[in-house]
Amino acid sequence: MADFEKKQEPNSRRRFLIAATSVAGGIASIGVATPFVMSMLPSERAKAAGAPVEVNISKLEPGMLLLVEWRGKVVWILNRTPEMLATLKKLDSEVADPTSKKPQQPQYAQNATRSIKPALLVVEGVCTHLGCSPVYRKDIAPADLGADWLGGFFCPCHGSKFDLAGRVYKSVPAPTNLVVPPHTYLSDNQLLIGADSKEAA
Amino acid sequence: MSKRLASMADWIDARFPMTSTWKAHLTEYYAPKNFNFWYYFGSLAVLVLVNQLLTGIFLTMNYKPDASMAFASVEYIMRDVDFGWLIRYMHSTGASMFFVVVYLHMFRGMMYGSYRKPRELLWLIGMGIFFVLMMLAFTGYILPWGQMSYWGAQVIVSMIGAIPVIGETLSNWILGDFMLSDAALNRFFAYHVVTLPVLLVALVFIHIVALHEVGSSNPDGIEIKAIKDPVTHIPLDGIPFHPYYTVKDIFGVVVFLIIFCGIIFFMPEMGGYFLEYNNFIPANTLQTPDHIAPVWYFTPYYSMLRAVTVNFLWVDAKIWGIVLMGGSVAIFALLPWLDRSPVKSIRYKGPYFKIALTLFVISVFVLGWLGTQSPTPLYTLLAQIFTVIYFAFFVLMPWYSKIDKTRPEPTRVTG
Amino acid sequence: MRKIKYILCILCLVPLVGFASGPEMKLDRAPIRPNDKLSLQRGAHAFVNYCLTCHSAEYMRYNRLRDIGLSESQIRDNLIFTGQKVGELMTVAMTKKEASQWFGVAPPDLSVIARSRGPDWLYTYLRKFYRDESTATGWNNLLFDKVAMPHVLFELQGVQSVTVKTADDGHGGEQEIKELEVEKPGTLSKAEYDSYVADLVNFLVYVGEPAAAKRVQLGIIVMLFLFVLLGLTYALKKEYWKDIH
Repeated sequence: MADFEKKQEPNSRRRFLIAATSVAGGIASIGVATPFVMSMLPSERAKAAGAPVEVNISKLEPGMLLLVEWRGKVVWILNRTPEMLATLKKLDSEVADPTSKKPQQPQYAQNATRSIKPALLVVEGVCTHLGCSPVYRKDIAPADLGADWLGGFFCPCHGSKFDLAGRVYKSVPAPTNLVVPPHTYLSDNQLLIGADSKEAA
Repeated sequence: MSKRLASMADWIDARFPMTSTWKAHLTEYYAPKNFNFWYYFGSLAVLVLVNQLLTGIFLTMNYKPDASMAFASVEYIMRDVDFGWLIRYMHSTGASMFFVVVYLHMFRGMMYGSYRKPRELLWLIGMGIFFVLMMLAFTGYILPWGQMSYWGAQVIVSMIGAIPVIGETLSNWILGDFMLSDAALNRFFAYHVVTLPVLLVALVFIHIVALHEVGSSNPDGIEIKAIKDPVTHIPLDGIPFHPYYTVKDIFGVVVFLIIFCGIIFFMPEMGGYFLEYNNFIPANTLQTPDHIAPVWYFTPYYSMLRAVTVNFLWVDAKIWGIVLMGGSVAIFALLPWLDRSPVKSIRYKGPYFKIALTLFVISVFVLGWLGTQSPTPLYTLLAQIFTVIYFAFFVLMPWYSKIDKTRPEPTRVTG
Repeated sequence: MRKIKYILCILCLVPLVGFASGPEMKLDRAPIRPNDKLSLQRGAHAFVNYCLTCHSAEYMRYNRLRDIGLSESQIRDNLIFTGQKVGELMTVAMTKKEASQWFGVAPPDLSVIARSRGPDWLYTYLRKFYRDESTATGWNNLLFDKVAMPHVLFELQGVQSVTVKTADDGHGGEQEIKELEVEKPGTLSKAEYDSYVADLVNFLVYVGEPAAAKRVQLGIIVMLFLFVLLGLTYALKKEYWKDIH
C-alpha cells in the first residue's frame, strides 16, 4: 500500500515548501497582473491628445465667454467686466464655499476671483454634480432664474447654479465649486491650459 | 475557524457539488503512476489556452478590426499602450507554442496508443480541438493585416473558390465581398474573438470530461482499472491526481514558462518563424511579396497542397492538392480504427510500427521545412515523396500493425 | 528515450539537404549597438534631416525619443522641424497620392522597416547607390535595382560609379561582378560614411521596436525569478513523490 493512503497531514518540510511556493506563486500572479492593469491606463496617444492647449485670448472682449477643448472637456475662459466682478462680493453669503476652501482649484486660483488675473476666469465647464455642462447666463434677473440672479452659470440637467467665479450656490444638487484647471500665462495674450508652468508642459 | 469553514462548505455542498467535484476530479481521481515526460503537454495546453484568452481580451481592447486601421492599431499596441508589446508578444508567441504543445500531445497519443479503445471518442474530441485551433490560428493571423496576413488568407480563400460549381458563390459568401477585404477582416475578427474561443473552451471541457470518464492512458498502454485493491477499489497502479500530479504539473509549467518567456523577452520573432518579417509590411492588395510561406505550424500541409502537380481522373491538380491537404489533417481522426495491433504502446509494438512512426515524423519535418521554401523542381519532388510517406503511415497501418511482431504487455505498469 | 534521440539526430541532418538557392547579393553586417545612446542620437539627427522629409515614421511619437537619452526640449529644439508638438507622431506633410506622383511609388513608412528588411539589408542598401543615367532619378542601387529613391546622402558619401567585371566563379563558369568606385568624393571619408549609416540603421532598428531595451531588461528579471521558482517547485515535486517511489 502506498503512503498516500495513510491520509497523513503534510510534514513540516512539505508545509514549508507549500508556503514558499505559494508565496512565490503569489508574487508571480502580481507580476503577471501588473502589465495587464497598466495597459488600461491612458496610452501615449491619450496623453498626447491630453497635452496642454495654447489659447490666444487677445480677441476676448470683456463680458465674452470663450470655449476651449482640453482632454475632451470644455474649458471656459470668461473675461469679466468690473460690474461682473462686483457681483462676487455680494454673493458671498449665497454660495456654499465663498473662500474656495475645498481643493477645486490650484493654489494660485484660491482667491476672491478664483483666477490668476482678476478679470479672466479659467474654469472647467463641467457641473460638479453629474457632469453636465452648465449654460452661461449673463442676463440679470431673468424670469426663470428669479429676481436675485446676478449672472452666472446654470446647469439645465438638475438645476445647479454657479456664480461668475464658478462658486456653487447653497442648496443646489452640485456639492462643490467648478474646477479650475491648471493654467498659466505664457505672455499677456497667450494662455496655456493644462500645465502650471511653461516647463511642466 | 475551521468549524465555521466546514459549515460553510456544508452549506455550499447542499446546493452545489463542490466537495464531490473536487474529490472526483482531483483528490480521488486516480491517474497511472508511471506518467513520463510526454504527459506534461495536456496541462500545458490548458495553460496556453488561458494565456491566449487573457491576452486576447486585452488585445481586443485596443485592436481595430478595420482594414485601414488594423495594422496601425497593432503598432499602437506595440508602442503607445503601456506593456502592450508584452501582451502582444505573449499572444503571438502563445499561438505558436499552442501548436508546439498540441503537436507533442498528439505525438504522445500516437506513441502510446492513447487513441485506442476505450478512448476513441476522447481522441475524436481532441481532433475537434485541433481543427478549431487551426481555424483560430488562421483567423488570428489575418488580423494584423500585414502582407503575410493578406496573401496567406488570399491563398486559403482561393482554395474555397476552387471547389467545383459552388466555389465562387461560397467564397463570396464567406468573404462578404468579391475579394478579400475589410468585410472579411471584420467577420474573421468576430470568429476569432467570439465564435471559435467559445467553441474551443467547450471542446476542451468535454475533452477533460471524457478523459476523466475513461481515465488516463499511460506509457505502458495498459488499463490501470483492470487491477484494483479488493477493499478500497482503488487501482493499484493509480495515484491521486492531487497532490501528486498537481505538484508535478506545476513543475512542468515552470519549465515551460522558462522557454516561453525566453522567447517572449529575447527572441519574439523567433527568427521569422513566429512573427514573419514580411508581416511588418502593411497589406498591399496590388503586390504579392516575393516569397510567401505560411507560419511554421501550417507548412507541412501547405507542402502537400503544392505537391500535386498533375491532373488525375479528370480532376484538376489544384483540387487534388486541396483534397490532400484536408485529408492530411482529417486522417488523424481514423487512427483508432486503423491501428490493428494487439498492444497499444510503442514499448511493446514491433519494428514495423517503430519504423513507420519514425518515417512519419521525418516526413512531417521535411514537409514542414519544404513549406517554408520557394518551390523548385527538386523540392516539389521531395514534397511528393514525403507526402506519399506521410499518407502511407496511415493507409498501410491496418496491414503493418497487424503483422508486426509485438511483445506481451505487462499486467502492472513499469517504471 | 534512446529512440527519440535517434530521431532527433536524423531530423537535424534534414535541413542540410537543400541549401542551394540562387546567387543573391551578400549583405554587409550592420554594426548594431542598441545600447549606444550617442549613436542612436546621431542616427535620430540623420533620420530627421534626410529621411523624414519624404518618409514618415507614423507610429513613432517624437517624445518617445526620451528612450535614447534626449529631453523633451532637446527633441523640440533639435529634431522637430514641422512645428508639431512633442507628443505627436513622426508624419510627413506629403500625402501618399502626391508622393506616388512624384516618385512613382509612395515612399514607405519607416516605423517598422528594420523589422521587415532587417538591419543588414538597410546597412548595405544605403551604401550601394551609384550613378546611372538610364534611370529617372539618375541613381541606381546594387542591392535594389531600379529603386525609385534617389541617393539622398550623396553629398556625404560622394558619387559612386559601377564597373562590371567577369571572373571565374570557381566552378568553371563565369560570374559577373559589379564593383563600386568613388568617382567624386563626398564630405565624409568611406569609414566616416559607413559609421554615419551605421548610426542611422541603429536608430531605425530602435524605431522598429522602441520597447526592445525594456523587453530585454524585464526579461532578465523574469528569468531569474522563474529559476528560483523552478528550484522550489522541483523540491516540492520531489518531496511529494517520495511517497510513490
